[in-house]
Amino acid sequence: MAEEKKLFKVKIDGIPVEVEPGTTILNAARQIGGDIVPPAMCYYSKLQGSGGKCRTCLVKVSKGSEADPRPMPKLVASCRTTVMDGMEVANITSPEVLEARKGVVEFLLLNHPLDCPVCDQAGECHLQDLGYEHGADGTRYEFKRREFEKIDIGDKIQLHMTRCILCYRCVFTADQLTETRQHGILGRGEASEISTYIHKSLDNEFIGNVIDVCPVGALTDKTFRFKNRVWFLKPVDAHRDCENPKCCGKTVLWLRGDEVFRVTARKDKYGEVEAFICDTCRFDKKETKDWIVEGPRKVDRHSVISQGQYVGVHKPKDALPEVLDGRQPKLMMNIHNISQVNRPEIDLSRIEGPAHSDDFKN
Amino acid sequence: MGRKLLFDKAHIENIRYYDVYRANGGYDSAEKALKSMTPELVLEEVKKSGLRGRGGAGFPTGLKWSFIAKPEGVPRYLVCNADESEPGTFKDRYLMEFLPHLLIEGLLISSYTLGANSCYIYIRGEYAWIPDILEEAIADAKKNGWLGKNIQGSGFDLEIYVQRGAGAYICGEETALIESLEGKRGNPRIKPPFPAVKGLWDCPTVVNNVETLATVVPILRIGGEEYAKYGIGKSTGTKLISACGNINKPGVYEIEMNISVEEFIYSEEYCGGIANGKRLKACIPGGSSVPILPANLLLKTAKGEPRMMTYESLSDGGFATGTMLGSGGFIVLDEDQCIVKNTLTFARFYHHESCGQCSPCREGTGWMERVLKNIEKGKGKMSDIDLLWDIQRKIEGNTICPLGDAAAWPVAAAIRHFRDEFEWHVLNPEESQVRNFGLAHYADPLEIAAPAAV
Repeated sequence: MAEEKKLFKVKIDGIPVEVEPGTTILNAARQIGGDIVPPAMCYYSKLQGSGGKCRTCLVKVSKGSEADPRPMPKLVASCRTTVMDGMEVANITSPEVLEARKGVVEFLLLNHPLDCPVCDQAGECHLQDLGYEHGADGTRYEFKRREFEKIDIGDKIQLHMTRCILCYRCVFTADQLTETRQHGILGRGEASEISTYIHKSLDNEFIGNVIDVCPVGALTDKTFRFKNRVWFLKPVDAHRDCENPKCCGKTVLWLRGDEVFRVTARKDKYGEVEAFICDTCRFDKKETKDWIVEGPRKVDRHSVISQGQYVGVHKPKDALPEVLDGRQPKLMMNIHNISQVNRPEIDLSRIEGPAHSDDFKN
Repeated sequence: MGRKLLFDKAHIENIRYYDVYRANGGYDSAEKALKSMTPELVLEEVKKSGLRGRGGAGFPTGLKWSFIAKPEGVPRYLVCNADESEPGTFKDRYLMEFLPHLLIEGLLISSYTLGANSCYIYIRGEYAWIPDILEEAIADAKKNGWLGKNIQGSGFDLEIYVQRGAGAYICGEETALIESLEGKRGNPRIKPPFPAVKGLWDCPTVVNNVETLATVVPILRIGGEEYAKYGIGKSTGTKLISACGNINKPGVYEIEMNISVEEFIYSEEYCGGIANGKRLKACIPGGSSVPILPANLLLKTAKGEPRMMTYESLSDGGFATGTMLGSGGFIVLDEDQCIVKNTLTFARFYHHESCGQCSPCREGTGWMERVLKNIEKGKGKMSDIDLLWDIQRKIEGNTICPLGDAAAWPVAAAIRHFRDEFEWHVLNPEESQVRNFGLAHYADPLEIAAPAAV
């Protein structure tokens, strides 16, 4: 007989939720959804061991648990802290958390080149979203930002370390999706870089996924680089029978007309891929005839990618009849009676081009 | 003369060799523990002694040992943290260089208490010559039946391995040390799980400082209760202090924790006063990461009581007017020293040593160093001082490991207590390049805060 699992009662920003033991605070918040979900730049639910590094998901634990109600002394990384029964967490209700988060965003942007105008990730960049939501108006950093040379990983992927925020997601991806661990971090502190001769060693059929997991524009698809802006493309869900048993074959095609500009895995609302796809699907199948198109991809209304798609838009209410409450509008004054310029026989809308003084001369 | 427990026999010639050490009562404590005491009894003695971790945090050792998980069929490990890299701290080096058998005896007793059959000494890479000393001592101890299988017929097995680090400050953090010991990059782990549950190779592990483990030997020799009679209050026993800076007699001193800071600096037995007849300006009493204090706050607490060399007295007043005993790296600055330059030196160190894993520390330490460099070079602005304060506040407490705090505290304390010196640097950019701010008012007697008027 299956024993009934005891659920932990947790309160996040005063909203109660019941979750299974072992859930992290971040995932408990995601079960509630909405504004109280802490942002996460390095945590990735599909990758084991990720998280804890970027510190954007810091929250305040105002009550440790039912058994031990003491608050935790420091802010904790919600992506790596598991819930306790009776825990109370403050995220957006705590000024301390918002202050710390603002600091973290400033730190993340400190050495970031802010080259969004020429970056392929713009429009779907987590750091961009985070900066808009939590960042300051300008930087207080007056020094030279760190720079790196661009590195080609194979002929399909480019690494631009200058934009990297060292979330380690690509390291975990390469480590966990493929048989052998091939890259890591070289150097320490500010000089750390994703490295170890990756241009030679990162070569396998799933390595394209590092593009999808990268929260910023550090890893980009060379077959798509500078081809188009993501918000000018139309994302559609599509699938194909992939020969690779580990690949799910379910993808998003980014189209303009019939032209497939790029293929990515499907991402959920937190920007995490639902299932990983192989490099054949990603890089080699760039024609609509390779795919069975399911239909347009739902894009969050607030995303710039949804511009021009008008999904779920409400028609604005016609306020005048409501205000008049059934009465008919009454003409208070005819402008033509008092104005010498607005002569009724001259209809401005019928004049070709802008009105000119000649138009009023008889 | 203060009573000594660790260095009581340090003056004996050739004490670093097994025969001399044994002839002078060495390994008696280990013999006592192995032959007549159960591990629980030893733990009880350590708890009674009130011994606190000597690495910096001052966590009660007995309590730490009692947290270790004891699942069936899983080995436990004891790791000796000899990655002593804090600027100003060099006490463990002395202990390992001149009394290696004291450490080995301490490791033996501690491993017996914890039920660990493998013990690792993780030693700092820069101490290149010490592993040889330790390995020689380990071989001697093994030859005489104090290590290996069935030690002295007690049925207890222990192997001690010496592992050299590659010279990273961050590997002094216990989880980074464990990662490094496993052969990985020395990045601190995210806690929980704590090493007492999942440490080295996912097994329960205790990581202790060299001095802490060596202190177990005198505790067993004289008994926990007797040990607790040394010192004041919760600061029991003796502590090794590595004194350096502008003093007449720099070196490693064993002090009983019942003397005042003033006595430690000025008495002939210890530091022997400030060198060259200068006056005391400031002091960092516990290694580079603890807050710096000006002379007046160092010698007397904000309440006007004399400050003692104990955990409690040094941290009296919190960070507003106090500091920490830390790891005992006692750095003394005389009136000719520049606090801005000193703070810059520390900031450069933490920038260089940040592992780069979490963003506040990776980006913030470099930023602080650059801003401080501007101020030091006379290119600073008044707003830079507030900026520094804001950066340190956003690093502190928001990082994975305590290195972020360690980088933030010296900057915070320097601005808190020496703000006028920073401002002088900004306002007198040319003068600050040729002379120092001097002693100013930092040694003036404190005004004792009157009770709040109604």
